[in-house]
Amino acid sequence: MYRYDQYDQSMVDARVDEFRDQVARRLANEITEDQFKPLRLMNGLYLQLHAYMLRVAVPYGTLSGTQMRMLGHIARKYDRGYGHFTTRQNIQYNWIKLSEAPDLLAELATVEMHAIQTSGNCIRNISSDQFAGAAADEVADPRPYAELLRQWSSFHPEFSFLPRKFKIAVIATDVDRAAIQLHDIGLQLVRKDGELGFKVWVGGGMGRTPMIGHVIREFIPARQYLSYCEAVLRVYNRYGRRDNIYKARIKILVHELGAAEFTRQVEAEWAILEPLALDAPQAEYDRIVAQFADPEFDVAAPDSVDRSDPDFALWLDQNVHAHKQPGYAIATISLKPVGGIPGDATADQMDLIADLAARFAHDEIRVTHSQNLVLAHVRKADLYALWTALEGAGLATPNLDLVTDIIACPGLDYCALANARSIPVAQKIAERFADLDRQHDIGELKIKISGCINACGHHHAGHIGILGVDKKGEEAYQLSLGGSGAEDASLAKILGPGFSEAGVVDAVEKVIEAYRVVRSGPGERFLDTYRRVGAEPFKAAVYAPAGATS
Amino acid sequence: MTDVQDQSPVANAAPVPETATPVLSFRDTPLYDGPVVALADFGATSNTAAVRLDPGDDARALVPHLGGLRLIEVSFPKYRDGRGYSSARILREAGYTGELRAAGDVLLDQVAFMRRVGFDSFAPAKPLDPARVDAALSRYEYVYQKAADGRPPVWALRHG
Amino acid sequence: MIRLLTGNVLETGDVVWWTGSNWSLALRDAVDVGPDGDALLARTVAAERINDPALVDAEPTRDGPRPRTMRERVRGAGPTVRADLNRPNSIEATA
Ligand code: HEM
Ligand code: SF4
Repeated sequence: MYRYDQYDQSMVDARVDEFRDQVARRLANEITEDQFKPLRLMNGLYLQLHAYMLRVAVPYGTLSGTQMRMLGHIARKYDRGYGHFTTRQNIQYNWIKLSEAPDLLAELATVEMHAIQTSGNCIRNISSDQFAGAAADEVADPRPYAELLRQWSSFHPEFSFLPRKFKIAVIATDVDRAAIQLHDIGLQLVRKDGELGFKVWVGGGMGRTPMIGHVIREFIPARQYLSYCEAVLRVYNRYGRRDNIYKARIKILVHELGAAEFTRQVEAEWAILEPLALDAPQAEYDRIVAQFADPEFDVAAPDSVDRSDPDFALWLDQNVHAHKQPGYAIATISLKPVGGIPGDATADQMDLIADLAARFAHDEIRVTHSQNLVLAHVRKADLYALWTALEGAGLATPNLDLVTDIIACPGLDYCALANARSIPVAQKIAERFADLDRQHDIGELKIKISGCINACGHHHAGHIGILGVDKKGEEAYQLSLGGSGAEDASLAKILGPGFSEAGVVDAVEKVIEAYRVVRSGPGERFLDTYRRVGAEPFKAAVYAPAGATS
Repeated sequence: MTDVQDQSPVANAAPVPETATPVLSFRDTPLYDGPVVALADFGATSNTAAVRLDPGDDARALVPHLGGLRLIEVSFPKYRDGRGYSSARILREAGYTGELRAAGDVLLDQVAFMRRVGFDSFAPAKPLDPARVDAALSRYEYVYQKAADGRPPVWALRHG
Repeated sequence: MIRLLTGNVLETGDVVWWTGSNWSLALRDAVDVGPDGDALLARTVAAERINDPALVDAEPTRDGPRPRTMRERVRGAGPTVRADLNRPNSIEATA
C-alpha cells in the first residue's frame, strides 16, 4: 500500500489548516454561504436533508486496517455510529456538524486520509479495481498509476474550476470491475511490445444523459499518461459547456464534437504539452510501484479448503474469488444483509473488519463500487476462521452478484436532491428474494437503484435498473432493463410506465419470473437472456392486464 | 429553494463592472495602466500594448503578438468559470513574460491557484486583504504538479 | 393548509422549524407563518445563519403539522430506514 512521505503529509495537513480557517470565517459570517459552499464542497462536505454529509476519499478503494479503524472511530465520535460505502468507493457520513468538521479532518489526516476533491467541479477520487494486485489476469497492479493520478490531480491549479465534476477510473484487466466506460476518463493498463501503457476511453458517464465512453487512444505509454490526461482536461476545461449544468460533463463535449474531432483536439493539445516535461520521471514511478509490491506471500500455504461446513461452502462459492498466488484467495465481505441498508457499516463492524484484515489479509481492505468490502490476500487455510468471524457480525451473506446484492444510493432518506427513497425499495426486493435457493436459481443479477436522475446508484448500468421519480409529490419508480457497467457496457432501457414502491417490487419479481421461463438454461444470465430476447417478454409479463395469465 | 449542492451553474453571469479596487501586484516592474482593448478589437489596433481576454476567447490567438504586449488581462466574470486558468497557462507556456492580470471575481481562496498558472497581478472586484493573501500563498509548502510558476513538483524534490 | 419556515442550522446542520419566536428541532413546534412567510424567509436568508431556508406547505393535524411532501416529512422525522434515529415529536414520514 502507498504510504505518505513528508510531502504528502504536509499537503493534507495544510488542507486541514486551510479548511479550519475557512470554516472559522464562515461561522463568523465573514463569508456568505454562497462563497463558502464551493469551499466546503471541495472538502466533501454537503448539506443533506438532516445534517451535513461528509464524503471521505478512499483513493482507488484501498484502505489499511488502521485507516478502517479510524473510519470506525469517526463514525462513533462525530457521527451516529455508522457510515455508508458508496459506488464511488468512498465512505459517507450522514450526521456531521460543520463546527466539528475541521477536527474530524485533522484526525483523518493522522492516518493519511482526507476529503479533498470528493466534491466540486474538479478531478474527483480516482477509482479502480477492487481486486487490483490480487487478480490472476492483470497486466500489472493499476494502483500505482491511480496514486500518481491522485497526486497529479490534487490541488491542480488549472483544473479546479472545471465545467463540471470529473471522474477517472484505472484498471489492468480485460474484465472491468470498475465501470471504466462510464467514467469521464477510463484507463486500462495494457502491455504493447513489452511496454506498459494505457488504452484510453473518454466521455462515459451516467446522470441524466448516460453515455458510454469512446476509445480515443489505443495506447499511450505509461510514462506519458499524465501529460495525456492533462491534454484531455485542458480541452475539456476550455471547451466544455458552461451554459447549461446538465450539458457540462465531458461526455456532452465529446458527443457534440464527435469522438474523432475531440480526439484530434486532444492530440493537438498533447503535442504542445508533451515537450514541457509534465510527466513524472521513471524514478517516481518506481518509487510508487515499489510501495504496491506484493505482501510476503506464504509460499507453503496449502491450496485446498475444507468445505465440510455447508454454510461456509455456500459463502466460498459465492463470495470468494481466485487469487494469483496459489494458496490464497480474494474474499468479499457483503454489506448487503437481507433487509439491511446497502453499503452501511457500523463502527463495530468497521473495527472488526480492521482486526480481520490485520489477522488474515495483510492489513489491507478494498471498497467495491457495488458497496461491498474486499479482503484481497487471504490464505485459503484462513478462510474458515475469517468466515466464522464475519458470520458472527452479519457480514457473511453469501450473495455477491446475486439478486439481493443490490446497489442503492442514499435516496430520499438522506439526500437533498432525491425524488424518491432508494433504500426501502432495495430492502423490499431483498426480502422478497431472501431464499438462497431462489437466488442461486436466478444467478447473477445486478439490481441498481437511484433516487433521482443523477444516477449515483448506477441504475443505467443495472441488469435491472430502478429510478426514483417524483409523480405529483408522490414517490414513483421507473424500471429499466439491460444495463451493464462491466467490459460489455450497455445502458439499460426503460421498460414502460412507472410504478409505486410496492408496484416496482412486484414488477421486478415478474421480470425475474419471466426470465426464468425464457432463459435458454440455468447457465444463461439474466442480462444475456435480455440481450437475446429483447424487452417484449418482460413487458408482457409486467404490464399484462390484471388477471391475465401468461 | 432546494439546495442544488454542486449543481449550480458555473458561468453565464453578467460581467463584473469596472471598479477602482487597487491592483495587487507580484511584479517588480511598474504596472501598465494604459488602455486595455478586448481581443475582438485587438486586430484593428495592433499597436495596443494591453488586451483583455474574456472566458470564451482563445488565448492562442495572441501567441503571434506576445512580444508587443505589456499586459494581458484575463477576466473572471464569475470565479467558478475556470477557463481563465487555462488561458493564463497557455500564454506562459507560449513564452509570454509580460504582466498577466486576473480581473473580476477574484477571491482569496483562488489566488494561490491563479499564481500557479502564471498570473502576477490581480484586480479583484472586491478588495482582498493583503495579509490574508500572503497567508493563502504560503499555506502549501509543496505542489504536486508542474504549472506555470516554475515551482518544482514533489516528484522533482523526491528525486532531486 | 399552513406554511412552515424551515432550514438547517449553519453550525450543526440540524433541521429546525420556526416557532414564531425562535428555531426548534421539533416539527411539532412549527407554526404557520402565514402571510409573513416571505418576509421571514428574506430575513433568514440575509442573516446567513440558517442554510437552505425554505417555506413548506403542511396540513395541521392533532399531532402537529404534517408537511405535504415526503421530502419535508423525512426532514422532519429522520430517515425512514432508521427508526432508531428518528426525531422525537414528529409525525412518521410514512404515516
Ligand atoms: C448524497 C449526496 C449526493 C449528491 C448531492 C450527489 C450528486 C450527484 C449529481 C448531481 C450527479 C450527476 C452528475 C452529472 O450528471 O453531471 C451525481 C452522479 C453520480 N454520483 Fe452522486 N451524489 C450524492 C451521493 C452519491 C453517492 C452516495 C454515491 C455513491 C453511492 C454517488 C455516486 C455517484 C455516481 C456513481 C454518479 C454517476 C456517475 C457520473 O456520471 O458522474 N453519489 N451525483
Ligand atoms: S441519485 Fe439522486 S437521490 Fe441518489 S444520491 Fe444521487 S443525487 Fe441523491
